[in-house]
Amino acid sequence: MSAWRQPGLWLPLLLVAAAAIWPAFGNNASLRETIFTMLMSVALASSLNILLGYTGYVNFGSIVFFGLGGYLGFYTVSALGWHLLLAVPIGGVAAATLALLLGSAVLRLRGAYFALATIGINEAMKALVINLDFLGGPTGMNLNFSIYQEYGGPAQALWLTYWALAVITLLVIVVSYLVKKSKFGLGLMAIREDEDAAEVMGVVAPRAKTTAYVISAFFPGLIGVLFFFKNGIIEPESAFRLHLSVELLVMVMLGGAGTVLGPVLGAAFYQRLRGLLLTSELFKNTQLVVAGVLLLLIVLFIPAGAVGWLRHRFAPLRRLLE
Amino acid sequence: MILQVDNVTKQFGGLTAVKNVTFGLEEGEILGLLGPNGAGKTTLFNCLNGVYAPTMGRIIFRGQDVTGYRPYRVARLGLARTHQIVRPLNELSVRENVVVGACYGREGLGLRAATRVADEVLELVGLHERSHQLASSLNVAQKKRLEMARALASHPYLLLLDEVLAGLNTAEVMGMLATIRKICERGVTIIMIEHIMHAIMNLSHRILVLNYGELIAQGAPAEVAQDPVVIEAYLGNPEMAEKLLEEEEI
Repeated sequence: MSAWRQPGLWLPLLLVAAAAIWPAFGNNASLRETIFTMLMSVALASSLNILLGYTGYVNFGSIVFFGLGGYLGFYTVSALGWHLLLAVPIGGVAAATLALLLGSAVLRLRGAYFALATIGINEAMKALVINLDFLGGPTGMNLNFSIYQEYGGPAQALWLTYWALAVITLLVIVVSYLVKKSKFGLGLMAIREDEDAAEVMGVVAPRAKTTAYVISAFFPGLIGVLFFFKNGIIEPESAFRLHLSVELLVMVMLGGAGTVLGPVLGAAFYQRLRGLLLTSELFKNTQLVVAGVLLLLIVLFIPAGAVGWLRHRFAPLRRLLE
Repeated sequence: MILQVDNVTKQFGGLTAVKNVTFGLEEGEILGLLGPNGAGKTTLFNCLNGVYAPTMGRIIFRGQDVTGYRPYRVARLGLARTHQIVRPLNELSVRENVVVGACYGREGLGLRAATRVADEVLELVGLHERSHQLASSLNVAQKKRLEMARALASHPYLLLLDEVLAGLNTAEVMGMLATIRKICERGVTIIMIEHIMHAIMNLSHRILVLNYGELIAQGAPAEVAQDPVVIEAYLGNPEMAEKLLEEEEI
């Protein structure tokens, strides 16, 4: 396929693949944890970008899909005893189904109203889970240690989780690129620029928006299962962390909303920065403040983000960066 | 008959913007829509292409009742329009703007075929040299051409042009008129709203005049221009004016 020859596709893939393979040399577990967080951010930010960057709908509660997928996947692994790799698609399908059901309703809202509704969805889902006893209620669930036997011990289980995440991350980037370059993606961008004008030109906006919403929900659903399986514990507060949603927005905006490479760079940079801040005496308690200030500065001065700015400023880069 | 409008009425609360408008349109015709500001011309367009659902009445397009259809359904049936206040997709290139029209219009082309159509249409409206610029970088005249190119790229049966000449200088008007003629020669039926009299009188085969939402006259351009009701709508009642003048003299 001709898409593979485009630097816009293989450049982000290469970056992610290089980072993903790194911990395999020397079996470095602590490096693996760092890269795990980074890959997760890349994949979540890229999924968010399909709705935020391409379609122009600001989703403040995208983490609800991560939490829901995580919960259902965790349940299938711990209570039903299914294999992790079966639980992962269940998490994804559950998140996508939720998006499909909610999509046609909340996507009628525009601008700030949509953003507020997405926060509401996240909080409502958290309240629901707290009241469901089979999911552990307010205390959540723990993974029984004996479950790891099936994977050849805890170490193997963690590596399996890591490689599954790496594959999903690469997949998200491929999907993000293909969406951007497709007729469907062009319709989304038309909606972003002027939804009413797009409808007048024949773009079936309700269907296109819902499809984008479902895609951007599916991958976080998959990743939630992996993350909470790795953690061995899931609680409502950690599954539906609203501030993680906001940090994802910062990553997308920082790298460049509406670009394929942007969320990848933005997520990697933000996680690196966060790591530095968390370990510094001065900033360790105010890391979210820095994220907030960063978002403000980007919105005010470089709304197109780093990749968008580069593309705008240096015309030759346009063929290279998507 | 490509379009049949039956007793279409559109009310916004207590305000009746379009009132009992009925007319028919033959294939290949250029129909001019005239009327003072606020007469309901654009509202009528909005009813025709589905932006508003009419409060009453029916709209039959190519034998199909399209009353109350969403704009994208109407667009796919082959009815395209331009906007009086231009609505470019700013952060997309000029070419991409037109490709959207071709992709999602009547033929629903794939990206590659749509790009071919877009290039052809951009050539026709004279924007081909700017196809890689962002739409936001165009001036008003070029944005009006872009509106037209987008609509044309969908290969419509019927094209609604909403003041495509407004804000253009004389040379630009001449260029646009030539383009509209070319479009008509390709067999596209056109309804145009326009305030520039000589332009609409020259181009239109037939003219409708709206005032306060009502159809007050229709016919050939020369007839309509002589119609006292039309003159009154634009300039006030001539007899009344004379009377007032006489009274002043006394």
